[in-house]
Amino acid sequence: MLKVASIKNGVVIDHITPGNGLKIFSKLNLKDIDEPVILLRNADSSKAGKKDVVKIENFYDLPLEYLGILDSNITINYIKDEKIIDKKSVSLPLKIKGIVKCKNPRCISFEQKDVSPEFTLNNREDGYICSYCEETTSLKRIKL
Amino acid sequence: MKLNCKHLCHSLDLSLEELDYLFNLAKEMKKNPAKYSNSLAGHILGTLFFEPSTRTRLSFESAMLRLGGQVLGFSDSDQSSAKKGEGLWDTVRVMDGYCDIMVIRHPKEGSSLLASEYSQVPVINGGDGGHQHPTQTLTDLFTIVTEKGSLENKNFAFVGDLKHGRTVHSTLLALARYKGNKFTLISPSELKIPAYLREQLTKMGAEFEESTDLKSAISDADVLYSTRIQKERFFNEEDYLKLKDNYIINNCVLSHGKKDMLVLHPLPRVNEISIEVDSDPRAGFFRQAKLGVYIRMALIHTLIKGGHTNA
Ligand SMILES: [Zn+2]
Repeated sequence: MLKVASIKNGVVIDHITPGNGLKIFSKLNLKDIDEPVILLRNADSSKAGKKDVVKIENFYDLPLEYLGILDSNITINYIKDEKIIDKKSVSLPLKIKGIVKCKNPRCISFEQKDVSPEFTLNNREDGYICSYCEETTSLKRIKL
Repeated sequence: MKLNCKHLCHSLDLSLEELDYLFNLAKEMKKNPAKYSNSLAGHILGTLFFEPSTRTRLSFESAMLRLGGQVLGFSDSDQSSAKKGEGLWDTVRVMDGYCDIMVIRHPKEGSSLLASEYSQVPVINGGDGGHQHPTQTLTDLFTIVTEKGSLENKNFAFVGDLKHGRTVHSTLLALARYKGNKFTLISPSELKIPAYLREQLTKMGAEFEESTDLKSAISDADVLYSTRIQKERFFNEEDYLKLKDNYIINNCVLSHGKKDMLVLHPLPRVNEISIEVDSDPRAGFFRQAKLGVYIRMALIHTLIKGGHTNA
């Protein structure tokens, strides 16, 4: 099995659904970071067979809500002095604002850059309800 | 009574207790108009109608004038910019310096809620696209409580296009909050209530059944609520012509209903209710339009003054 360097201080974004690693790499603009970054694709996973992993040295500040919508399988390890000091699993946030736009063309927020609705996760967990028009934008249609 | 909400954007913004308060105040205003005829003197209602709706606008204007207030507004804004939502907040910010309360009609869904975030004065939603029309719901409830004595333990039949037109949906949801009501939902199978509403009604524990046959479904109804079936909703003319006649309320249909059944319609009607029905005492839709003025009076008064104690 491939040996990959572990990091001293920073974060490990683990259990990423295979294929999403590259997406996270680009959405978090990791190419612009001056610190060491490791993107591991199709690593072995005891949980799911395969997984992607992203490790970032000297970096802690992750947008958890954003990652939760992007891939709710993710777990995040916070590393200090080579030890895990905190572990977080992301999940679909109950409320989000500013990340997603409403997909209902009849909504007042549609086509309006300055208007950002608050979205509430609906009980069927298949999407988010817009605070303005109350239409559900399904998770499948949320492209980050 | 002070309402919990400063604005009225959604029909569920009001609690049952607050609704009750508004019904009682509207009733008192109807009984004793002189007492309130000057109570909002010096106050101005702004009417921001980004799309025309003569009926709603006149009902609000009548309400404000009957309270001794004045009205100021427009009903013919540039349609194309309204459709894009442009200029809504600028207009709202300017108008809130010109008036003490405003009613907004706008084609975009959620426009009133957005406006309420910018406005210093109370905003009333006068219809935001196909989304909400809370004062229509208030009118419906007030009419039923006035004519039937209460909003509980009644059989309601809704007929027409139950799929579109969310004013019906919000009246249905509002009635489902009261105890012991049963609903019969009569429509062509293509125009049944949407899945989310069915789910919501089930979750609220509402008792309802769906039917396609008007005559047999209304025999138990205390209230028959009719809505428009619009031609645009059908794929072809033939289907429309075939279906629409099965849902027209005429004297023959009424003969299947109870002697004291109340027939309501938000108006304007196209041909869902025959003119011959108008002379039947059960036809309540013109009384409904009139009662809509009193409930709007109660609402405007309460949002501005916090109730009749300050009258
Ligand atoms: Zn929306």
